[in-house]
Amino acid sequence: MIELWRELPPRARGLLLAFAAALVAAPLVADRYLLSILTLIFYFAFVGQAWNLMMGYAGQLSLGHALYVGIGAYVAAVLWIHFGIGPWLGVIPAIVIAAAFGAVVGGLGFRFGVEGVYFALLTIAAAEFTRIAFDHLAFTGGSGGLFLPYEERRLGEWWNLRGGQLLFYYVALALAAGGVALAARLARSRLGFQWRAVREDEAAARALGVDVFRAKMAAVLLSSAMTAVGGVFYAFYYNSLFPAQIFDIGRSIELILGPIVGGLGTVFGPVVGAFILTPLGEGLIAITAQFGLDAPGLKAVFYGLILMAIISFRPNGVWPWLARMIGVAGRAP
Amino acid sequence: MMWSIYLNVVVQGVLTGLVYGLMALGLSVIFGVVRVVNFAHGEFAVVAMYAAFLLFSSLGLDPLVTMLPIAAAFFVLGFALQATLINPFVGRPEHDQFILLVGLGIVIVNGLLMIFGPDARAANLPYAFDSYLIGPLIIDKVRVYSAVAAVAIAAALFAFFRHTGTGTAIRACADNLTGAAVIGLNVKRLYAITFGIGLACVGAAGALMVTIADAAPSLGPAYTLLGFIIVIVGGLGSMTGALVGGILIGVSEALAGFVIAPSMKSMFSFALLIAVLVLRPRGLMGRGA
Amino acid sequence: MTALVAVEGVSKRFRGLLAVDQVSFSVTAGEILAVIGPNGAGKTTLFNMIAGALPPDDGSILFCGERVDGLRPDVLCRRGIGRTFQIVRPFPAMTVEDNVLVGALLRRPDVASARRHAREVLQRLDLFDRRAQPASALTLPDRKRLEVARALATDPKLLLLDEVMAGLRPAETDRMVAILAALSRENGLTIILIEHVMRAVMALAHRVVVLHHGATIASGAPEAIVRDPVVIKSYLGAEVLG
Repeated sequence: MIELWRELPPRARGLLLAFAAALVAAPLVADRYLLSILTLIFYFAFVGQAWNLMMGYAGQLSLGHALYVGIGAYVAAVLWIHFGIGPWLGVIPAIVIAAAFGAVVGGLGFRFGVEGVYFALLTIAAAEFTRIAFDHLAFTGGSGGLFLPYEERRLGEWWNLRGGQLLFYYVALALAAGGVALAARLARSRLGFQWRAVREDEAAARALGVDVFRAKMAAVLLSSAMTAVGGVFYAFYYNSLFPAQIFDIGRSIELILGPIVGGLGTVFGPVVGAFILTPLGEGLIAITAQFGLDAPGLKAVFYGLILMAIISFRPNGVWPWLARMIGVAGRAP
Repeated sequence: MMWSIYLNVVVQGVLTGLVYGLMALGLSVIFGVVRVVNFAHGEFAVVAMYAAFLLFSSLGLDPLVTMLPIAAAFFVLGFALQATLINPFVGRPEHDQFILLVGLGIVIVNGLLMIFGPDARAANLPYAFDSYLIGPLIIDKVRVYSAVAAVAIAAALFAFFRHTGTGTAIRACADNLTGAAVIGLNVKRLYAITFGIGLACVGAAGALMVTIADAAPSLGPAYTLLGFIIVIVGGLGSMTGALVGGILIGVSEALAGFVIAPSMKSMFSFALLIAVLVLRPRGLMGRGA
Repeated sequence: MTALVAVEGVSKRFRGLLAVDQVSFSVTAGEILAVIGPNGAGKTTLFNMIAGALPPDDGSILFCGERVDGLRPDVLCRRGIGRTFQIVRPFPAMTVEDNVLVGALLRRPDVASARRHAREVLQRLDLFDRRAQPASALTLPDRKRLEVARALATDPKLLLLDEVMAGLRPAETDRMVAILAALSRENGLTIILIEHVMRAVMALAHRVVVLHHGATIASGAPEAIVRDPVVIKSYLGAEVLG
């Protein structure tokens, strides 16, 4: 980690520290609404980073990542509701089971040479299949949903993630920061370079001794495991889980917007993307509400247009350009 | 008389499947030639459904009739779309195209949501409840008409590709792009025509679909996925494959919905998609993608 | 000396087209073998079989005394076979140094020491000054050297070079020849190269094998090959003779 710090140009270090300090101190000045927006941003920065590992670095397009959010959420929720096992413990089986799903999807895909768009379709099919399955799973509440009970006496049990906005704000911030640190670590690791080689040219990577299957499997396992942690957070934050929502393809697409807009394959891309998209989206809703317009779908249209614009004009995302502008572009990424 | 019920379900599946097949045909043509993966395909179908619905509810025009002008309008739309938005993406990595079209799909679905709201709109045709009675079979007339129309359009398309100059030129592009350019074919224009044809199929299919299903924005992604399932099972780039795949999926969904539970019918299709992707991605009749 | 690599009766068919027809030869450690012949003679297919990209239909390939035919390219690379591609395949979005780093990481899991090794290789191949540039920004001769550098960074025992001189001007060809000759001399690297550029073949090769229609039509010292009437008729043409 210390090498990472040393590698940053001094200007970048300053900015990063200032930014981090601002976020840590924000609850002193921000109201509950703003904190909830920030919490949402941190959540998307985290799961977006998880997806970024698989796509931005290893080049494997998953459009069914909501699968892992859902699995993580449901596993942790079930353990809490039925066995009283708190999220700090419950996250472990959540990760393991989600990674198992990832292993199946990845294993099937990579072993049988399912690539590119076909692989993306495979991931969609897996998520949709699971969604419908959960709709019919009585044990987890089926389509009616699974609810974490509101227990007044438990408020304040921060270790069980029972608490107010402030608790979730800092947990989400920690997750987002952890995600950045993990991505930075991986990007500079042997695996990170092998991922990038696989992403650029699989055959050339093989000729250099890279075990492509293993590299891809590592990507999907890490990515799905990390996403599941986001799912656990989701469960304890929102307290209600519906298969039609949590496994929905719209959610899968929502979580890839940040990394694509911010910058695929960069450490800060998903964070920048989340900071751009979430406030804009919420702001749009707020503005239209002011005018008395109730337009369901407006936010999504907006996101769709941004997605098209970014992929057309700045396919590398906003962060590389922004980094150059503010003079912190060092060695990639 | 269980078998007669099953027979009815299967026949219904075939007829519906033919309409799905027409939609998938458009997807297959676009991919086979332009090599663009149109992830907004189903969303366009829903636009056509709404178009047919509007023409019916305001002017009383039967979708079986408005199918043709809608298809023509979609041809123009497809031509324009390819020439402007999509052409720059033709050489780019697959996932860039995919993401562009995912974005377009989102815009379309939610645009429809904003305009029409989430509730389903039905085109209540006067003959919607008439049926043909053939032995043990009770077949809805609308399903027969739309299936016949779908087959007719598909046949016209086959004829176009086999017997016209432009059709042959397009097939040449699909087979050997460099060769086609070398002999002087205007590839960009042919791509635009092909995209237009692909969307025309979608337009026609959408107009037909509103006779058998209600228009709703949420159908967009569902139809896109359905289109892909059909095309991959039947074989990407194969026109017969699209129709055969459509029938297969139509029947299996109908049976699955009947035997297991209507809400689970898609599960079978998704499982089938996974199986085909893993075991035989060329599909039943496709050439390598 | 025992052979480092022995190709025995190897054949490959592509749907009725016999691309490689019962080819046999062996290469001793430290030797430089050139494989020449007209286009379509089966040279790259042969390479692809030695490097693991294609399995042979017949015959066997031995490396360091063990059978390796049919093994995956990355497995073979780990055993010590490095290769370049006829049409260069750099990792375009990565820097020159990172390109070579990927190769160096094969035997050096620690990134820092792999980077040191990568830099040494870059120095060797005269690419050190351009190490921070994205690979996509390089000129063709530099890309060819990058291709060699990358393969070299994997510390191969055997290096397969596929038309590495193609498209280079004479001065650049000489430069590459000098580098390869030094690698052979100083590091004992065994090299098999496919080449059309006879200048390089004459300067580098200890032995030459000539393929035509997938089969070996001649093999021996370069001076003898160049005078062989069969070879002249099928490939070289009389003008080559000085």
